[in-house]
Amino acid sequence: MSTEILRAPLDPAGLPHEAALAGAPPRVTGHGAGGPAPKRIVVGYGFWVFLLSDVIMFSSFFAAYAVLFKNTAGGPSARELYDLHNTALETALLLTSTLTCGLASIAVGQRNLKWTQIALACTGVLGVAFLTLEVREFASFVARGAGPSRSAFLSSFFTLVGCHGVHVTAGVLWLGTMMAQFYAKGFRTDIRHRFLCFTLFWHALDIIWVAIFSLVYLVGTLPPELLP
Amino acid sequence: MLGKLTWQAIPFNEPIPLISGFGVYAIVLAILVWVWRKGYLPYLWREWITSVDHKRIGVMYCLLGLVMLLRGFIDAMMMRAQQAMAFHGNGYLPASHFDQIFSAHGTIMIFFVAMPLVIGLMNFAVPLQLGVRDVAFPTLNSVSFWLTAVGALLVNLSLVVGEFSRTGWLPFPPLSELRYSPGVGIDYYCWAIQLSGIGTLITGINFVTTILKMRAPGMGYMRMPVFCWTALASSLVIVAVFPILTATLAMLLLDRYLDFHFFTDTAGGNSMMFMNLIWAWGHPEVYILVLPAFGVYSEVVATFSGKPLFGYRSMVIATMAICIVSMTVWLHHFFTMGAGPEVNAVFGIASMIIGVPTGVKVFNWMFTMYGGRVRFTTPILWSIGFMVSFVIGGLTGVLLAVPAADFQLHNSEFLVAHFHNTIIPGVVFGLFAGYTYWFPKAFGFVLDERLGKWAFWLWVVGFWVAWGPGYVAGLEGMTRRLQHYDNPAWHPWMLLSAVGVLIILAGIAAQVAQLVVSIRTRAARSDVTGDPWDGRTLEWATSSPPPAFNFARLANVTSREAYWDMKQQARTTEQPVAPDVDYEPIEMPRNTPTGFVTAALASVTGFALIWHIWWLVILGLIGAYATFVVFAWRDRTEFVIPAAEVARLDRANRTARAEYIEEPA
Repeated sequence: MSTEILRAPLDPAGLPHEAALAGAPPRVTGHGAGGPAPKRIVVGYGFWVFLLSDVIMFSSFFAAYAVLFKNTAGGPSARELYDLHNTALETALLLTSTLTCGLASIAVGQRNLKWTQIALACTGVLGVAFLTLEVREFASFVARGAGPSRSAFLSSFFTLVGCHGVHVTAGVLWLGTMMAQFYAKGFRTDIRHRFLCFTLFWHALDIIWVAIFSLVYLVGTLPPELLP
Repeated sequence: MLGKLTWQAIPFNEPIPLISGFGVYAIVLAILVWVWRKGYLPYLWREWITSVDHKRIGVMYCLLGLVMLLRGFIDAMMMRAQQAMAFHGNGYLPASHFDQIFSAHGTIMIFFVAMPLVIGLMNFAVPLQLGVRDVAFPTLNSVSFWLTAVGALLVNLSLVVGEFSRTGWLPFPPLSELRYSPGVGIDYYCWAIQLSGIGTLITGINFVTTILKMRAPGMGYMRMPVFCWTALASSLVIVAVFPILTATLAMLLLDRYLDFHFFTDTAGGNSMMFMNLIWAWGHPEVYILVLPAFGVYSEVVATFSGKPLFGYRSMVIATMAICIVSMTVWLHHFFTMGAGPEVNAVFGIASMIIGVPTGVKVFNWMFTMYGGRVRFTTPILWSIGFMVSFVIGGLTGVLLAVPAADFQLHNSEFLVAHFHNTIIPGVVFGLFAGYTYWFPKAFGFVLDERLGKWAFWLWVVGFWVAWGPGYVAGLEGMTRRLQHYDNPAWHPWMLLSAVGVLIILAGIAAQVAQLVVSIRTRAARSDVTGDPWDGRTLEWATSSPPPAFNFARLANVTSREAYWDMKQQARTTEQPVAPDVDYEPIEMPRNTPTGFVTAALASVTGFALIWHIWWLVILGLIGAYATFVVFAWRDRTEFVIPAAEVARLDRANRTARAEYIEEPA
């Protein structure tokens, strides 16, 4: 098994490039004239397009946050609320979960069920830990009278960051389903396609988090004279 | 237990919605009982409701759109009657009801008539034109359709249970906020649009992937039929802007449900942000609708002129230019916001520029007809009616793009006449052209031409009698959405407009008659060759209706007008258009009830959200996750059509086709 994998180059999702497999005709022509693409390409491509649309949805929430950032209505401002230590910890957890998700991809490429499950379990635990910290932060804001109803600024903050949290929650549910599927059905082609989508989703959430971390938390805690 | 839902939700004291609503439900129930008594239910379930075949889904989309067209048109007639009667008086509709009707009319016509018909034609024709067997994600396609149907269901439910939005087809805050609209009308609107919007987004993703990644061998980008190009542009815009709609309505819902302050204008909220966000979706939306209609005209004009489309390359460039520029004009919907002369000027100029690629298209269609042997069938009549009428709608649009003029005409009847002038001749005529053009492909018989021409003339005359007066009344200062008025200068125009809507009613009656007559005489008008119009693109290369697998073998595309060239070659070389070969078995996706179950759960969840029945919301969400897992757990996702069956179906069609191709030559 391992020699077959070594002959076929791996792509980031740990799946061999189909064109590199023996017998497959060259498909890339540069003008889209090669006939219908193989299923793995179609699935991955479609999921990429979905992720782009998801990024646009986030960008609407980012835009709303940017517009309403200073509209604190006499309530607490970003600088008074944000705790960068907590954010740093959240970031570390999420970035590590991306690493373990990548390790899971390698394990799937090696068709190694044990390590696949271990890496996915680590990813899930890190995701849940991230969510716990986020919920704790939200609860502490609400306890300090800085809930989403307090001001337009806080409405947009809770919506933007909360939307990311909802995505992570959905990702954790999906992850559990993936683990169960690998356990029950093994490395079947369609399940590997789904896993490819899952990894793309998980990494995309990380990219969104990098934007939240930079534009919400880092910019939010700048001294007022540095803000535009 | 039932949240806000009580017996008071049923409008017992308002006879018009009550009687019409129960009338509709009685009809639906009668149809269901008839279907059940006749024993059609298993057939419907097996062949249609659970179908993942793009052709069946396309037909169901079109059926939904046509049925909802009747609903939206009844609203239109009620509004025209009200404005004809309400001079120096109150008419027959109370203000609150009139407000619901114009809101429902716009919402239904855009989301549940134009969108389903556009997507229905795309679903039916695009994979056939690309020469492939299905879309990229057949099951998601079914989910898309059923989510759209849920949206339509919720909007119609509001007729009897509760009320509908009164804020117009877009829920502008602060009027749509809880403080000013405490009822469930806005909630019906938002959840209906959220659910159908998710369906549309999935469709967009599906078609971008299908068109870019699944085409017959040899079909490079510059060999794609123009309808596929416009479907691609439209799908790209869907992917780019529907998420904005989802986010914007989510913010409004958070304002209403959880006391957030996005658009409340209190605690720092900003209602103008809603205008920017909603129109950043709303303006591209009109191009989502009109681009595929442009694609239909391109196919129809080329086919019935017997010539290749003039300026294919410029058509593609114009389509993609519109696709991009459509996202840079949204601010012209609220020049009066006061963003300042610089901002208004930029958006005004962008709005004028977008007329240029559209003009290129109009010239291309005219030059295609020039020197051609034009066969004046119903589809090309719709196309010519479009060209003549749409140019005027475009010109009034360029006029409105001048900010100084817009300050006068903002929210006037002139504006309403303008957008009806672009949407009816632009989109609706295109959809009717496509409906007539592809009907024989879908059902195997041609629609009646005589009644089709009647429908066309009644529609085009009715349209101008109904909306020509709108321009005049608007210039005379009449604002939109007036429940009553006292200005005698406007009254004659409103009376004339009401006559126009009656002429359109006659046009719709002609269309219904056309369908009934055509079905009754279908044996005499059947299309055995699969190519009733002497077509040029690949959908005409298969039988009518096409087999489930569309093409027994994928064609090898060597030119832009793939099927036309195949026919020409067959005639010159006297060889059959497709030689006999050894057939191979074909794998097709299995039918699945996933879409229907998802939609059933979504409608229950949506209803529960509207009425604040929280336990039901939670049950619905658990059900959604369970559906996801069950679907993911399937082991057999495809079935195989044996080679013998493929051969039987294809050989029958090839024989009929060979005879036909020899005849005209």
